[in-house]
Amino acid sequence: MKRTHIFGIVIIAIAITIIISTAGDASSYVSFTEAKEMAEEGDNGLIHVVGTLKKTATGEVVGIQPSADMLSFSFLMIDENGLEQKVIYNEPIPNDFTKSEQVVVIGSYKGSEVFMADKILLKCPSKYQENNLQ
Amino acid sequence: MINTFPGNAGHLLVIISFVTALAATFSFYKASQENDLAKSWLKTASLVYYLHVAAVIGVVVALFYILLNHLFEYHYAWSYTSINLPFQYILSSFWNGQEGSFLLWIFWNALIGLVLLHTNRTWKAPVMTIYALVQAFLASMILGVVISDVKIGSSPFILLRDALSMPVFQINPNFVPEDGNGLNPLLQNYWMVIHPPTLFLGYASTLIPFAFCVAGLWKKRYREWIRPTLPWALFSAGVLGLGIIMGAYWAYETLNFGGYWNWDPVENAVYVPWIVLVASIHTMIAYNKSNTALKSSIILVIATFIMILYSTFLTRSGILGNSSVHSFTDLGLFAQLVVYMAAFTILSIGLAIVRWKEIPSSEKETSTYSREFWIFMGATVLSLMAFQVIIPTSIPVYNAIIEGFGGVSNLAPPADQIGFYTQWQLWLSILIAILSGTGQFFWWEKMDKEKLKQVLTAPLIITLLLSGLIIALASIREIPYMILLTASMYSLVANSFILYSVAKSNIRLSGGAITHIGVALMLLGVLFSSGYSHIISENNTGLLYSREFDDEVNQKNLLLFVDETREMDGYQLIYKGQRLELRDREGYIAKEVLRATAKHDYFTVSEMVQLEDEILAKGDTVRVFPENTHYEIAFTKNGRTDVLYPRLQLNPQMGNVVSPAIMRGLWRDIYTHVTVVPPTDEEIEWDEPTEQVIKPQERFFLNDQVSILEEVAILNAQEDPSVAGADLAVQAKIRVFGKEKEYLIAPKFIIKDGMIGRVPDVSKPLGLRITVQTINPEENTFTLKIEKTQRDYIILKAVEKPLINLLWLGTLVLLIGFGVALSRRYSDFIKMRDKGIE
Repeated sequence: MKRTHIFGIVIIAIAITIIISTAGDASSYVSFTEAKEMAEEGDNGLIHVVGTLKKTATGEVVGIQPSADMLSFSFLMIDENGLEQKVIYNEPIPNDFTKSEQVVVIGSYKGSEVFMADKILLKCPSKYQENNLQ
Repeated sequence: MINTFPGNAGHLLVIISFVTALAATFSFYKASQENDLAKSWLKTASLVYYLHVAAVIGVVVALFYILLNHLFEYHYAWSYTSINLPFQYILSSFWNGQEGSFLLWIFWNALIGLVLLHTNRTWKAPVMTIYALVQAFLASMILGVVISDVKIGSSPFILLRDALSMPVFQINPNFVPEDGNGLNPLLQNYWMVIHPPTLFLGYASTLIPFAFCVAGLWKKRYREWIRPTLPWALFSAGVLGLGIIMGAYWAYETLNFGGYWNWDPVENAVYVPWIVLVASIHTMIAYNKSNTALKSSIILVIATFIMILYSTFLTRSGILGNSSVHSFTDLGLFAQLVVYMAAFTILSIGLAIVRWKEIPSSEKETSTYSREFWIFMGATVLSLMAFQVIIPTSIPVYNAIIEGFGGVSNLAPPADQIGFYTQWQLWLSILIAILSGTGQFFWWEKMDKEKLKQVLTAPLIITLLLSGLIIALASIREIPYMILLTASMYSLVANSFILYSVAKSNIRLSGGAITHIGVALMLLGVLFSSGYSHIISENNTGLLYSREFDDEVNQKNLLLFVDETREMDGYQLIYKGQRLELRDREGYIAKEVLRATAKHDYFTVSEMVQLEDEILAKGDTVRVFPENTHYEIAFTKNGRTDVLYPRLQLNPQMGNVVSPAIMRGLWRDIYTHVTVVPPTDEEIEWDEPTEQVIKPQERFFLNDQVSILEEVAILNAQEDPSVAGADLAVQAKIRVFGKEKEYLIAPKFIIKDGMIGRVPDVSKPLGLRITVQTINPEENTFTLKIEKTQRDYIILKAVEKPLINLLWLGTLVLLIGFGVALSRRYSDFIKMRDKGIE
């Protein structure tokens, strides 16, 4: 076998590893129910859940609870299947959090009750289009 | 009245530029045929191309005219500008929208085409054929023509009434808004004036290597296309690299992501073509000696341009949707972008396949000791770096394809993007550093085992000594970082050796060594500033997050009350209060001393204020930037105090926007931004009031702070016109001794026509509102109503970024290297051309 062939095989192997690693590290969009099932099966990978904040009939956001030192907070989120879930986030409340139309939380279940968010993406009303806030 | 002339003229010129681009393609094609008519076709083609350039310039002028004259009847002007926008930001509003940025791209292409037309001889006709064809596709993106329900392109000259269906236009079709929406304040930054033109010049120039390569394949001049291409490829890589770094620097300075690079899809979309372009430069440099390098050059040059097309598609078709923070909005160009991408991908790859057998190739094995081998390895690793980034960035595309075939796909990008990309790019960068150090020795000298030992000994010893020292001094403990540090140091040292010996003989040949030194410095800068980026405001309070689970979590933010010192990571932090930046003077001024005037950005000061080099008297007027609130924070360490002013902007397009403040140091930057700010005046909630009966000069406690009722003075109407005609008007002066400074609270008590008026005074820093409730003349006491709220506070995140300056320095060195190499390769080309060979 020529050295070029060995070289080629090595490159292809690395490329395949890259693809496998992407597939392995890629997250997925799921509902809270699926996320909970994953956690119960011992899968601690971070996943994306899309939903909205819990609101009253008059459109007021309810269920936001900052911690005593205001450095973290929890809130109630309703996923696309209508399931309500308490989410905890280890950062202060982002600007314009209550104005967001859509919330994407990236995180996982801790225990069976609480969803711990590592990151929150907000999608703001069309007035703020073209941008989002972290 | 609606001024339709510039819009109609602009639109017509867009159509002319599209048609002339097509005509130029055809006539350059005719001119490239080897027959008697070629010469006259070339004349026609050049003429048509000049027409095209004139039309493009006309389009640019028309759009500028609309923006400069505030013609808000046009959607583009209304969306991105306003009457008060300064000139330089009208310039940046030009490329704010998708149409304008396409136009910028077309404009650069048109100008570069002129240069090509004048610097080439035998290549002129075939290269310009491809060039003009790309121009036609680009011009079609802003065509704005509807042919039997199919919309082609999105015109920047659309009238507001055609773009929006607002009811006002039914009543009055000639309605023109008074003012526009204005440019997003985040973009009102000098980097946004120069970053997009630079980036698009880089984008535009990637077309040149592609055009030469395809022309070479087409005309079967398989080797000759490289010499005229190389200077342009170096130009393109330099400019595109500069554009990318400018964008990174803007993000670092203006956005609150906490860094200069986020592996966001939009960033990846320029990183990938740039890396492939750099790989292609390497193989092009080796083409002369190696047929393998020739073939890889063809592949890489084509790949660069396809990657440019692909990233245009990614960022402009709307496909990135939720996965990017700053993708353009969807203009309905999806199909058109796909056609554009597919056309050139199929054309170029197809041509390469047809010609592949004819391209010279060699069966001989390249030796490990040959320079080509090392260049080839470098290009391969660079390609892998690009491949590793583009695969995950394309996840939304996979979803779209699967869903297009009726499937369901819920694949999301990696949750920890930075960690995910870093684990790969780090190791590949280590390889790059090692190869760029070693490869250079092979490049300049014929190597064998003995010789290699001889040249490598000194650099290796120096590298190991230096790296060991740094690892010990900077206490680097992570193995990957140690390896990256050593590899980068090696590249730095080895290339310095090369630079020394090459520059001795001919400085013009030193481009490669300088460029690689720049890369090594950049790698070191990234290693320290990102690898050792360290949150100063982090503290392990040992708090349990929640009763539901018992992990301890580090707090990454710090709560600072006004005028209270907090110790953090060796720094003493004091938050001093809210400030506004002065517009007519240098510096910042405390918000609480400002009183509003009729003009929104002019204020009078309510007491004497000491500025840096000026004293303002009570009643003086100052001009400020009212939309930006700055939070003054003093950082003290080892007796040295630095003051930072991170800001919060009330942004009409985005709500509240936080921007960092950066304390620049030679060895490290301190990067800080506020994560939470106290509520605005209207949102403050006051506690239940308490009452206290106080005598003048009596000391008492307000919110645990010693306070004194200094006096109760009678107000007369001359001093204070608001009390004119009152029977009695007094003002209490309550001094509060805070830890850092004193505060004055001065509520008023007014009796007029038998009615009592109480004017409370609020101290926001103290979180107090005091009202004089009653005056008790018999006891000579005053009853004060005291209300409390949260004291002024901010929540802050502060990050230390060591040696980030190495990154900027490295970029500069890299650009100088590109410049040196460019000048050498260009004179090579000129020499050959003037000999009549090219």
